[in-house]
Amino acid sequence: MTITMRSSTPHIARMQKIVVLGATSGIALEIQRQLARQGRELLLVARSPQRLSELQSDLLARGAQQVLTVAADLAQVQHHADIFGFVRQSFPDFDTVLLAYGAMEDQKTSEASIDVLLDELNVNFVSAAALLTLFAADLEQRRTGCLAAITSVAGDRGRRSNYVYGSAKGALSLFLQGLRSRLHPAGVTVITIKPGPVQTPMTDHLANSSRFAPPERVARDIIRALNRRSPDVLYTPWFWRPVMSAVRHLPETLFKRLAF
Amino acid sequence: MSGQSAASLQKKRAVALPTEQYLSWGRYPKTVHQHVHRPAWNDQLPDILRTAAPGSLLPYGLGRSYGDSCLNAGRELIDCRRLNRILGFDPDTGMVRCESGVTLSDILEVFLPKGWFLPVTPGTRFVTVGGAIANDVHGKNHHRAGTFGAHVRQLGLHRSSDGFVICSPDENPRMFQATIAGLGLTGVIAWADIQLKRVAGPWIDAGAVPFHSLQSFLDLSRESDGRFEYTVAWLDCFGGRNTRGIFFRGNHSEQRGQNSRPKWGPKLPFALPAVALNRYTIKAFNSFYYHVHAADQGASLVRYDSFFYPLDSIRQWNLLYGKSGFLQYQCVVPENNLEALEEILDRIARSGMGSFLAVLKQFGSAPPAGLLSFARPGLTLALDFAMRGEPTLQLLRSLDEVVRQSGGALYPAKDARMSPALFEASFPRWRSFVPCIDPTMSSSFWRRVTEAE
Repeated sequence: MTITMRSSTPHIARMQKIVVLGATSGIALEIQRQLARQGRELLLVARSPQRLSELQSDLLARGAQQVLTVAADLAQVQHHADIFGFVRQSFPDFDTVLLAYGAMEDQKTSEASIDVLLDELNVNFVSAAALLTLFAADLEQRRTGCLAAITSVAGDRGRRSNYVYGSAKGALSLFLQGLRSRLHPAGVTVITIKPGPVQTPMTDHLANSSRFAPPERVARDIIRALNRRSPDVLYTPWFWRPVMSAVRHLPETLFKRLAF
Repeated sequence: MSGQSAASLQKKRAVALPTEQYLSWGRYPKTVHQHVHRPAWNDQLPDILRTAAPGSLLPYGLGRSYGDSCLNAGRELIDCRRLNRILGFDPDTGMVRCESGVTLSDILEVFLPKGWFLPVTPGTRFVTVGGAIANDVHGKNHHRAGTFGAHVRQLGLHRSSDGFVICSPDENPRMFQATIAGLGLTGVIAWADIQLKRVAGPWIDAGAVPFHSLQSFLDLSRESDGRFEYTVAWLDCFGGRNTRGIFFRGNHSEQRGQNSRPKWGPKLPFALPAVALNRYTIKAFNSFYYHVHAADQGASLVRYDSFFYPLDSIRQWNLLYGKSGFLQYQCVVPENNLEALEEILDRIARSGMGSFLAVLKQFGSAPPAGLLSFARPGLTLALDFAMRGEPTLQLLRSLDEVVRQSGGALYPAKDARMSPALFEASFPRWRSFVPCIDPTMSSSFWRRVTEAE
């Protein structure tokens, strides 16, 4: 077993060139802005070319060293090879990949419509797993870097009110767990990011959304983890770790009766 | 309420909660909105406007207007804070294009290190560009630079009726003039081009001079106008006709001071009990403030934030005034009518209701940038009053009389209670503004002062 330098210098920011998959999502916006202030280089992937160009100007004005953009629908697995090809060509020495896209449908809608259900599973899990596999191979080969994906505390236990979204995010968490183990010998870090509810456009329609965590705080936690390449599983804000630990340990006979 | 089922009550709560934080800075009046739109991108605005009922919407920024001009009670708001991207910057000319939710604080953070400063800044950095335009805010350099609107070169406006409109002094000049100081009623500003100002750095050569009468204030102000870019005065509002105050003036400095880190003060965590601010504590504060500054007169080198934004160092200072909130009163009276100002100060002193910071400034003669711009030649006085119900309102009505007789005006951004008649007297041109209002827009303020639906 070899002991590398990196585990002994945990506080040096190794993140310089970041690929963000799903750059227009609420949490990604905040992360990118903080990274821009630190003068990092970014490659942003999102659907809307218009939004990407607005984002690019903003991040450059705020101090980003370089901002490249790719307009593509990440939910369409058939586009992944092109996206990945572009990244490899124009941003070859990226060191961090952050997968930040997802979609939360109304639970009742996805119970009533199989199409909505499959879309939700595809966006949050299937397409994410496919995309991560492409990037994982590249980093594994280069024996460096960090792969991170935003899942959710909702993936820690299936709940009546949100189990379709939750199961897709839970599957993604399991996928990352396996990927972490696979990439560990190559020295590639895999971080599972589990935010609690955050004040973003995705949650605006929910009751009490004004009490959710501010995206600035969640972004700060995520950036710290990406810089340190630790912990393997990040709960943000931190209190979700004990809360979800308790939730996971409730016996199923009791849990199935809880209406949340 | 007792007749309502638990389920409908629950539902009502779920709808009401997300909007409860939408108050103005004075926390009076307390309003509830039916819905708040929170677009994150400009491309979402056309849909919001297209599907809106007539008179249902109002853009909202950081809620730093004091009264009800940023509120739309019982109707809807468009929270523009997520529209906060800087869309372009020309480092040669200092022209910046930004979305309406970009804050003045953002602009300082990004551009001051590059040697550019706001052309005009109000007393807080926590306002949005959209809000600064919609209220055509002024600052300590009004005598030199005019209002914020005078530095807007062009803006893009989402309108429900005619889509996306680009306005400038050359293109749609009428809509341009109406949008500046337009109280958000002409549409939603998508972006604005603002001309920043070159400065050597974040330091200000500042000085403070005590004065003891309104006439000596005026002499000081006239004498300082030519030599100082920034001037403003603080008044002890318990002095009545025995005016005393401190005249502050400053220029951007080429020198470098020490300790260039901005300092962030404490945050007021909750509304103070109403008794904390009473005439004795405020009087003591005023006296203390006067003596501190009278003692340290002469020039000093200070950071821009302590010169321009002393109150920003106490976050949520508006909670000082307790749960029922406060009213701010800002008027302008013609310069040749010092008696009117004396009368106002006298009435305030006799009432025993007074504020921490009464601010006095002589406006310059710049032509108004917007149709409904407040700033005009004269002396402007601003103070806050804790909201104590009818006695407070009665005092303010008695001040209104003096302002009106003097030929002065009140500032909509600070107002929650002026009468339609006083609005008419303050803004005789308001009827020519009406055709520029977007049919989907309205506000609590506008309905109140125009007695419209």
